[in-house]
Amino acid sequence: MSQKATIQKLIDIYIMGKRYQVPQGLTIQDALEYAGYQLIRGVGCRSGFCGACGTIYRIKGDPQLKYALACQTVVEPDMYLTQIPFFPTEKAIYDIEELDPSGEQVLQLYPVLLTCMGCNSCTKSCPQDLEVMEYVADAIRGNIAGVAEKSFDCVMCGLCSARCPAGLSQPNIALLCRRLYGRHIAPRAEHLAQRVAEVESGKFDDELKALMGMPEDELRRRYGERDIES
Amino acid sequence: MYPPEMQESVDNVIATREQRLKESYPVLSAEEKATLLQGFHPDSIAGGMRELQIGPNKGERTPNELADLLEGNSRIDPDIIDLDMVDYDVDVLVIGGGGGGAAAALLAQENDASVMLVTKLRLGDANTVGAEGGTQAATKPQDSPAIHYLDAMGGGGFTNIPALVDALVHDAPGVIHWLESLGMMWGKEPDGTLLTESGGGTSRKRMHSARDYTGLEAMRVLRDEVRNRGIDVLEFAPVVELVMDEEGQVAGAVIINFETDEMVLVRAKAIILATGGGGRLHYQGFPTTNHYGATADGLVIAYRVGAKLIFMDTMQYHPTGVAYPEQIVGQLVTEKVRGLGAQLVNSDGEQFIFPLETRDAVASSIIRECKERGKGLTTPTGQLGVWLDSPMIDMLRGPGTIARELPAMVRQFQRFGIDMSKEPVLTYPTLHYQNGGILIDDQGRTTIPNLFAAGEVEGGVHGRNRLMGNSTLDIFVFGRRAGKAAAERARETKPGKLTLEHVRQWQRQLKEAGLEERPRSPILIPDYTRHGRIASLSGSFASGLE
Ligand SMILES: Cc1cc2nc3c(=O)[nH]c(=O)nc-3n(C[C@H](O)[C@H](O)[C@H](O)COP(=O)(O)OP(=O)(O)OC[C@H]3O[C@@H](n4cnc5c(N)ncnc54)[C@H](O)[C@@H]3O)c2cc1C
Ligand code: SF4
Ligand code: SF4
Ligand code: FES
Repeated sequence: MSQKATIQKLIDIYIMGKRYQVPQGLTIQDALEYAGYQLIRGVGCRSGFCGACGTIYRIKGDPQLKYALACQTVVEPDMYLTQIPFFPTEKAIYDIEELDPSGEQVLQLYPVLLTCMGCNSCTKSCPQDLEVMEYVADAIRGNIAGVAEKSFDCVMCGLCSARCPAGLSQPNIALLCRRLYGRHIAPRAEHLAQRVAEVESGKFDDELKALMGMPEDELRRRYGERDIES
Repeated sequence: MYPPEMQESVDNVIATREQRLKESYPVLSAEEKATLLQGFHPDSIAGGMRELQIGPNKGERTPNELADLLEGNSRIDPDIIDLDMVDYDVDVLVIGGGGGGAAAALLAQENDASVMLVTKLRLGDANTVGAEGGTQAATKPQDSPAIHYLDAMGGGGFTNIPALVDALVHDAPGVIHWLESLGMMWGKEPDGTLLTESGGGTSRKRMHSARDYTGLEAMRVLRDEVRNRGIDVLEFAPVVELVMDEEGQVAGAVIINFETDEMVLVRAKAIILATGGGGRLHYQGFPTTNHYGATADGLVIAYRVGAKLIFMDTMQYHPTGVAYPEQIVGQLVTEKVRGLGAQLVNSDGEQFIFPLETRDAVASSIIRECKERGKGLTTPTGQLGVWLDSPMIDMLRGPGTIARELPAMVRQFQRFGIDMSKEPVLTYPTLHYQNGGILIDDQGRTTIPNLFAAGEVEGGVHGRNRLMGNSTLDIFVFGRRAGKAAAERARETKPGKLTLEHVRQWQRQLKEAGLEERPRSPILIPDYTRHGRIASLSGSFASGLE
């Protein structure tokens, strides 16, 4: 597949302050490996879902800090970078079934919410471009559905927490709210509960048993003739 | 935005779209499908596999890269390890922190076992978080477990083990319900009715999803639950070998602390392997959708204690891996995109396959289109691909559908300047899933006493080809079953004295077969460093590197 992308131009990047030359066009993650790191920390899915590879960087000459997932971001010349593979965030312990889906409940588990000073650092640091400060505000107001909706794409990388002057654990607060929403606020699927009851009553057992014992050519015939829902 | 040399082909796709919106490509007959697979599926390339020379599956074929590791040497020296120095003693040890492992740990604990979960990277760094498309279950009135059974059997070429398929479809509605009760945000109508879509090879709309973050959402919830219930979790703790007892039962595991290289010995009355797949072995040089730790470790350590494997000669290549941009080649474009109505078209803008055939057939048809018919598009860096006409979705289902249902996909391409709601995306098959694995029964028991397996590491459920949505189902069905069965087994079993005699025996077998120079396995992680790639690999998947 790749005789092609033979070494293009080499560019300078700085990994934890040390200069390396890497081919232009690589992701930050590939560049770290190209430089010789066999990663154990700061790598997981390699496709933007797990949040293991949170990275903070700055380009020489620009004071602005930038935030990225290393596996989804291409290196730039004179990039100074470090990974934040772990950040010590707070996590409340609870039994989701017994909780009350209310703002008071969320505040009781995460009283630190009230110390948010509205600086918006969290939103600026989110590599998923989520409105983090807004969902924090929703949590404070008890708008659990709002938090669930706005935080849904959170990969729990922790970059927002790393930047929060008030020490909030935004990803865990959002997770609590999504679980409260999913468990207690969203309407339950009635057809699902009904189907589970049917399964438990043994309603499908005979039919399944017959299929399990069926000769292959009969199974093939039925498979070929089954109607397709469109 | 595509570079000018690709834009011409994009224009072909746009030009035929109007007409194609009214057309549906005919479904393959059984004979056409067989010919297509025989001619173009990577599994049918003779040189890609070889026969195993030792172990329980001796004489059976498997990809060369996997055979090397199954026939590998141990990473430990059995004469140096002191088996009296036990660091942890538990009822049930769960190995692997994906969805299968988390479900198993929760159920083992609910069934009164003391549980420890060990995992290679962080809890949740797993294939499970990448699952975008959804989970199958017959929850709707027009569907039934029996229809689900037929679909799964047909998808697997009627080779699936009936008792395992029975378990799969029987428990499926219960799994969706369990996750709903834990607070997972399944996609729903305002009245609570679950949203369901079609998937490749399904005859009913039974794909349940949480936008296109289905696996992430399930994993976030289960990880939280594991923590809330105080289950002991050891991260960065890969297992390198299983320990047996003198009764011939599995009785413990040797773990290394990935960061300090320290050894840790765990004794357990029952062990559940939930280590997932092996995409990072890059069979035949294919790129992969799998997470970094997907290196088939579970197969290797189970094989060494004598556990039988099944269907190790069939791997799943997902039809639509990213072919452009270069940086994310091999990453997944979920089947949900086709489920929502997008067609596959060649560089001239023509359809060549019904988009929801089973994955083996769609992947083969793309390879045929590119390699035999020359109707693929070549990117500026030499990657071949065909178009997945994503903008059709909003035309068929209304503006905003793509943004609402596929936020992860939109983001994945947006980061590289492509708007998939307006432009088609270029795709080519990518190594995705291990269809086979460790042979289990309907309680997740392997052929070795006290060793259980759940999830992608086991085999038999899907026969020779898994349908989309049946794996995120499998991991919860068999994770839950194995968790319960292991807890029960832990109450009955009488553990004997620990031993590593099986490792010595393995080394004798290697010697007899003339294989003592084999590399050590499991490998735990691939080596993608520049020097590592040059040293050990053909380099064919090493995007951007020589
Ligand atoms: C990108 C992607 C998209 C997918 N989409 C879908 C979909 O839409 N629907 C569907 O049904 N299926 C889908 N699949 C397949 C499905 O997600 C996986 O097959 C399934 O989640 C596997 O779960 P698991 O728990 O068995 O393994 P994993 O989730 O991979 O977890 C295995 C765990 O074991 C750990 N481990 C490995 N080796 C060791 C060791 N030696 N010691 C300790 N721990 C170890 C790993 O680090 C990992 O944490 C997808 C897969 C991928 C990769
Ligand atoms: S909200 Fe915070 S934890 Fe979640 S993705 Fe954004 S920065 Fe990461
Ligand atoms: S960074 Fe912290 S303090 Fe600032 S807005 Fe976000 S949550 Fe509030
Ligand atoms: S490695 Fe998982 S998000 Fe980057």
